Amino acid sequence: MSETTVREKLRAGDIVLIKGIVLTARDKVHKHLLDNKPSPPELPFELAGAVLYHSGPLMKEENGRLEVVAAGPTTSHRMQMYEPFIIRHYGVRGIIGKGGMAADVIQAMREAGAVYFHATGGAGALLAGKIKKIEGVWMLDEFGRAEAMWAFRVEDFPAVVTIDATGASLHAGVERISKERLDSLLST
Amino acid sequence: MLRLRDGIKEIIRKTAISLPRDVEDALQKAWEAEPGGPGKEALAAMLENTAIAKSASKPLCQDSGTPIFYARVPRELSFAVVEKAIIEGVREAGRSVPLRPNAVDVLTEKNSGDNTGLGFPEMYFKQCEEDTLVIDLTLKGAGSENAGTFYKLPDERLNAGRDLEGVRKCVLDAVHAVQGRACPPYTVGVGIAGTRLVAAALSRKALMRKLTDEAEDHRIKELEERLLAQINGLGIGPMGLGGKCTALGVKINHAHRHTGSYFVDISIACWANRRGRLIW
Repeated sequence: MSETTVREKLRAGDIVLIKGIVLTARDKVHKHLLDNKPSPPELPFELAGAVLYHSGPLMKEENGRLEVVAAGPTTSHRMQMYEPFIIRHYGVRGIIGKGGMAADVIQAMREAGAVYFHATGGAGALLAGKIKKIEGVWMLDEFGRAEAMWAFRVEDFPAVVTIDATGASLHAGVERISKERLDSLLST
Repeated sequence: MLRLRDGIKEIIRKTAISLPRDVEDALQKAWEAEPGGPGKEALAAMLENTAIAKSASKPLCQDSGTPIFYARVPRELSFAVVEKAIIEGVREAGRSVPLRPNAVDVLTEKNSGDNTGLGFPEMYFKQCEEDTLVIDLTLKGAGSENAGTFYKLPDERLNAGRDLEGVRKCVLDAVHAVQGRACPPYTVGVGIAGTRLVAAALSRKALMRKLTDEAEDHRIKELEERLLAQINGLGIGPMGLGGKCTALGVKINHAHRHTGSYFVDISIACWANRRGRLIW
């Protein structure tokens, strides 16, 4: 994704279908990227302009070929402490996950021009169907199938933009309203 | 016990690929009631996913969870035999369903690869008078397990005292704190007891109750209904994207407490509250 697309076209609340390559990145990949700051050729994928997918897919080997069985989003909150660095250092343009991310990620997205796509958690079977091809994998032996970085070619992958590059966050809005309602329910 | 192992493997498969009827019905009703927007879209994706998983015999979610078994064992059968069959059934299901390997050794950080290890899967055994073996199973995803929490009453921050009104405040606070991170609409399990262990066991077990089941005690029943309405009033909505449905049900279990202690434990199940039962 280009910076222009991200900054000018995508706004919190937009319902989108994603097409192209997404790179899965979960707890171990995030920790590795922050601790060791790998770059090519050690890191085989271009992260500048890339879309990361917070997902630990369930894979199956059939006749020597790997197949994606279920691959929904995992909770992005766990990647919170690593993501501001990864967005700034690598120039990642998009994150697909669930549950949203907090203030310092939103700040990094605003500065670097990146957005957060929210996918439906638990919809592993449905979303696996949107993965058309496995284009590559990194750190498979080290981290295992659920934690490796997979390059998936996706089509019509449904998501909602919930944090945009202007800093608007649908999650922050829901949190504010629910806090007001909580306070009134606690005082009764 | 080859056949018991196969029965366990089959109930794991069924539990991983399909939702209990009451949960699916509740999601359908939630979708009908949601006026529109991203929250309604999320419910539609959940229902579509449920249909795909069942027809293709694929796990609903890539996180096939921690398998947790509650076995009621007749006198003629030893716990050890049932335990062995469960472990073998989990290994078999891991290969055939398949399940994602989720068991990690905390010292070496190595994944055992077959969902077994120290305390994994989780198993509870109880002797029963009946002559059938009944095994209840849930596959508990990590996202929702991480959302569980507990309170000690009184709680000054919440102005929550040692009574059901205090319990109500704890539950609302806990759900608000989680927001949409654990895949709502949730089933919220609550345990009230005098020790942390019993409170946690009760709140977890509460998630095994059907959504349609009603608490025997009218005070508990009223609190469950009131909490469900109030949680849905928070507006967190499906997947935390805003909307009317944040929870499908609230289930409260309680035990006698020590005069000096009052624990409230809260367990949360994601929308895909995967429960199964094997009657043997």
